[in-house]
Amino acid sequence: MSRPLTMPLVLLALASLAAMMLSVGVGSVSVAPGDVVAVILGEGSNLQQTLVLELRLPRTLSAFATGGLLAVAGALMQVLLRNPLADPYVLGLSGGAAVGALFAMLAGLGGLMISGSAFAGALLATLMVFGLAHGTGSWTPSRLLLTGVVVAAGWGAVITLMLAISPAQRLPGMLYWLMGDVSYARTPWPALAFLVLVCLLVVPLGRSLNVLARGPMQAAALGVAVRPLEWTIYILASLLTATAVTMAGSIGFVGLVVPHMLRLVLGNDQRLILPACALAGGTLLVLADTLARVVIAPEQLPVGVITALLGVPTFLYLLYRSR
Amino acid sequence: MNPLQARQLVIDIPGRGDGEALNFAVEPGQIWGVLGPNGAGKTTLLHTLAGLRAPRHGSVCLGEHPLADLKRRTISQQLGMVFQERQDGFPATVLETALIGRHPWLSPWQMESGADERLARGALEQLDVGHLSDRLVNTLSGGERQRVAIATVLTQAPDTWLLDEPTNHLDLHHQVSVLQLLTEQARSGRSVFMCLHDLNLAARWCDHLLLLYPNGEACWGPAERMLVPAALERLYDQELLTVDVDGAPLFVPVKY
Repeated sequence: MSRPLTMPLVLLALASLAAMMLSVGVGSVSVAPGDVVAVILGEGSNLQQTLVLELRLPRTLSAFATGGLLAVAGALMQVLLRNPLADPYVLGLSGGAAVGALFAMLAGLGGLMISGSAFAGALLATLMVFGLAHGTGSWTPSRLLLTGVVVAAGWGAVITLMLAISPAQRLPGMLYWLMGDVSYARTPWPALAFLVLVCLLVVPLGRSLNVLARGPMQAAALGVAVRPLEWTIYILASLLTATAVTMAGSIGFVGLVVPHMLRLVLGNDQRLILPACALAGGTLLVLADTLARVVIAPEQLPVGVITALLGVPTFLYLLYRSR
Repeated sequence: MNPLQARQLVIDIPGRGDGEALNFAVEPGQIWGVLGPNGAGKTTLLHTLAGLRAPRHGSVCLGEHPLADLKRRTISQQLGMVFQERQDGFPATVLETALIGRHPWLSPWQMESGADERLARGALEQLDVGHLSDRLVNTLSGGERQRVAIATVLTQAPDTWLLDEPTNHLDLHHQVSVLQLLTEQARSGRSVFMCLHDLNLAARWCDHLLLLYPNGEACWGPAERMLVPAALERLYDQELLTVDVDGAPLFVPVKY
């Protein structure tokens, strides 16, 4: 049973590495893969050192971490709600983060405050959605999803309102943030460390999640402590989303589509799907960010546009082909 | 094994009086059937006995321990449940579905071993769905899914089986083979407690019966003492003809 689990992960890890090499090498000045390796080993010219280590590698790693975090968050929420439509974007978490970030920008606050405000917004949105959906009874997946969709629409209105009353010179920054942009990321390391930690944490939870995907009653009958497990997933998914959105603005689509594509190909064993989501989500965003940098160079596109343009046809094709 | 016991148990059905408090033990080797009309609370009773719903009063015990004091994992190693309704949000194969029956027995870090897979495959063979192992569950017929659900609990190998309408969707042959399988389980020292719609299947295969009335009244005991035509007619609000087949009663509804 362990061999079929590791093989796809090895392939995905190789793909991630290749994508990162490409991303670091491509740009206004290109660096050959051999030189990238040399620079990372501490050799190469000064120009290459600066270009790779200070400019491109942090951005590539930020893109990887953001994509991985969003995909894992989406996969966890889909199990929690037993609904393939759940993802941080649909549930309004990204909307809450966006309102937080725009509020900080409107107040003229700087980088770190924008991040902090976005994080607070994402957590507030999560609390609102899960609190309201919990109501007097328990979470029913459809009620949770509906609450999320309605709350997301509310955030959308607040965002439009903020854009409408913002001074013109602040608008471009705000729009880029709303469309998702990895160049805002400060340092990739905390997010990457969190991603690795969560992947290690979900391995022992994986089989319980598989059972939970069959419904809470069935899971309880098979020995799963359903309530504590649901809370763990909910808190983890919220933190993952908040971290990702804080890094790179609201990038839709990754959390919805990556887990799906993987499930269509790899089946639905969470012990495989969750780490695979981290790798595939990261790879997708690294590639999308590379494209975003080069398509209309020296101008840059927001990466959210690319993820959607790449992801929508791929997803529809896979769905069409599936049994 | 620890027998499942109801002690002064009143199940919680909103808007209904307490009725009769239930006191019984499902001893090793016994096959219990629960009979009652629609809405009498059969499923609620099963869920309460499985510890999935809190009772209004009283308690359910495994041996000497109330279920409420036990960990879900400990309970699930002794108590298996076949649900009437199943949810499959995500596609899964028949083999994967049977394999989740091993969940109570594996530690968080353990993967399913070859031995677990052999158990699951054996259970699927016994339920006559072995040839469907690689099919997705949501592409199966109702009867096939029912047998996969029973195979999952067979893989779980609990001491006490709780089953909600195990013969639902099954053709006549498979109804009999499922009841035969449960009989073998009971003979090997396990116990079975199930809701049944079919009075005659219950009369033929159960050694103990519990009659559950819509108002919360109940009576229980050895099957031959419970199969009183007058009591059954009142239970279902339906006139019955009783005929004798192989020395056992067979109940047929009166046609007007």
